[in-house]
Amino acid sequence: MAGNGKDGKVVANVVKAAVDRYGASQDELIPILNEVNREIGYLPGEALNEISRLLRVPKSHLFSVASFYRMLSTKPRGKHVIQFCESAPCHVAGGREVWIAVKEYLNIDEDQTTPDGKWTLLTTSCLGVCGVGPVMVIDDDIYGNVEPSQVPSILEKYH
Amino acid sequence: MKAFRSMVLVSSDPTSIERGAKDVFQALQAEISAFGLENEISLTMVGDVGRHDAAPLVIVYPEAVIYGPVKKEDVHYLVEEHLYKGRIASSFQAPVKELSGKIAWLSSRKGTLPAEQRIVLERAGVIDPNSIDDYIIHDGYQALAKAVTEMTPEEIYTTLEKSGLRGRGGAGFPTGTKWKFVHKAQGDKKFVICNADESEPGTFKDRLILEGDPHSIIEALAIAAYTVGADEGYLYIRGEYSIAQERVMIAIAQAKEMGFLGKNIFGTKFNFDLHVHSGAGAYICGEETALIESIEGKRGEPRARPPYPTTHGLWGKPTLVNNVETLANVAPIIRNGPDWYRSFGPASSPGTKVYTILGNVNMTGLIEVPMGITLREVIAIYGKGMKNGKTFKLAQTGGSSGSIIPASLQDTPMDFDSFAKAGVALGSGALLICDEDTCVVDLTKVLLNFFRKESCGKCNPCRIGNQRAYEILTNISEGTGKIKDLDDLMVLSDNLYQLSNCGLGQTAGAPIRDILNYFRAEVEAHIRLKVCPTGICPMSGKRI
Repeated sequence: MAGNGKDGKVVANVVKAAVDRYGASQDELIPILNEVNREIGYLPGEALNEISRLLRVPKSHLFSVASFYRMLSTKPRGKHVIQFCESAPCHVAGGREVWIAVKEYLNIDEDQTTPDGKWTLLTTSCLGVCGVGPVMVIDDDIYGNVEPSQVPSILEKYH
Repeated sequence: MKAFRSMVLVSSDPTSIERGAKDVFQALQAEISAFGLENEISLTMVGDVGRHDAAPLVIVYPEAVIYGPVKKEDVHYLVEEHLYKGRIASSFQAPVKELSGKIAWLSSRKGTLPAEQRIVLERAGVIDPNSIDDYIIHDGYQALAKAVTEMTPEEIYTTLEKSGLRGRGGAGFPTGTKWKFVHKAQGDKKFVICNADESEPGTFKDRLILEGDPHSIIEALAIAAYTVGADEGYLYIRGEYSIAQERVMIAIAQAKEMGFLGKNIFGTKFNFDLHVHSGAGAYICGEETALIESIEGKRGEPRARPPYPTTHGLWGKPTLVNNVETLANVAPIIRNGPDWYRSFGPASSPGTKVYTILGNVNMTGLIEVPMGITLREVIAIYGKGMKNGKTFKLAQTGGSSGSIIPASLQDTPMDFDSFAKAGVALGSGALLICDEDTCVVDLTKVLLNFFRKESCGKCNPCRIGNQRAYEILTNISEGTGKIKDLDDLMVLSDNLYQLSNCGLGQTAGAPIRDILNYFRAEVEAHIRLKVCPTGICPMSGKRI
């Protein structure tokens, strides 16, 4: 069964490329998972099966690792992923009000995806851009000094 | 090397990039060509220079004028005035006076007030991080040459012990002693690891060092490997720090090409290979044994200690793990000697410390100052005072695992021992300055929310304790707290401290202990009077 991931990429090919690049050993597991997650958008069961086969690592171990790290996801995510910093420096700088504005605009809660599959809303710990808090990251774009009133215009830029 | 009349630097930290540094850079390129100055002026993107309030910055040498924040529309005027006509465009200069001499780099105290002293950030923002030539011109790899050709491992760790350098990751363990332990550990295979999994909220000093001066860490790791007898090392960089990873990988490739890494370094028998390992988003991997587990391809769950990594580390071999900022001090100490290093800061913790200043002050950003300055000095001098003339209420140090420091302790010198004596912790160097409008219950709730999410779940006191403490604080913030909750919180805090397996759990309860020590009346008001004195907490679902 050849499953397709984001942009029609064949899961098995993505896994093979990652394993070839880093080598089929357990100490390269996290770099491999990182790359597959980046290419496909998440880690589908099929990818975990394939990595398990190539690295000769039990699936239970793979799942325990994949579910541990925040940058890895075993569930499909929306087309765009919002990471909202909820650490103290952003909170003190007014992050709470912005968070409420984002939730109201998208009408979803933390760790949820909108029904149309466009947005996934995640909270994250400090991203190291505290100089411009409150900070939110959409895909790879960093938005700093965000005001609640700016939320709609920022989100409308994404299609 | 080609000689230029002027050197123009553009800051390229994420804040600057986000505010259009790349556009400014391109506009500068275009304008410099338009005026026909491309053979006279060198233009470089540099890392972070620590002035986020005025990012993106454009710095022009030799005059050392700092412009910022610069927009791409301003570039034409700037180039015409300063580079073409030779006049300083004062209306675009960054607002702070004392930074106009050199980039936040003052080598002596001004009067009685401490000024910045840059050792670990000496080159960040001054050199091109992607150029090994730039690094070498600025004394780069001299310390490695001296170490491997003139010094024995014993001389190196003794030099570090004499310098008094203590680990900057938060625990403050003497660095030279740690190196000695690994040197003396039995085993023919050893590892050195740089812990660059910087995730303490509000801390971004390691990112600046890696982005602005990656070779300094590679050089220090090579010296460490030579000292302890390792031939392989890892740089474990936080997954979110993609710019830092990219620059470190470029730097490693350059160092290999020049023979500073690889086989027979400086013609000796010393071989050293360095790998970059990316994290995948887990705060706990900043704990050294969790980090080792993560490199081995497992969940980042801290191991039971002892045995310590110095004898049983990566793959069970003796392993040296040092923080980025600690390592950045190594080459300067080897080059200049321990007495030079001891001339900065107090005798018990010499050297400098990099702080990130955040929160309700007029100027946020990053400073490197001698150990032992006080919070009052930090707020007044570097923070330029409290924002909107408000009153300083508390500072939260060291990210989430630090302490909550009340205004009454703001004259305590910030060094490991003075803080320990006062019963608070220095932590990783983040200083979140909060004014009178900050609610201690709300702040502590945010901190506990962080720990409850970042706990790895391996041991019960931490996994359950943080969750329970968060629930109790949430109740208090919603007006349904009971006085007995405060006793329960103290018990949870004590249990976390005494029973947790690793440093995360042990320090997670510190903010609870601190607010009950210093701000008990404010917490009790939430319970007895059902009022949040600052009006932040929702209390019965409504904001007051």
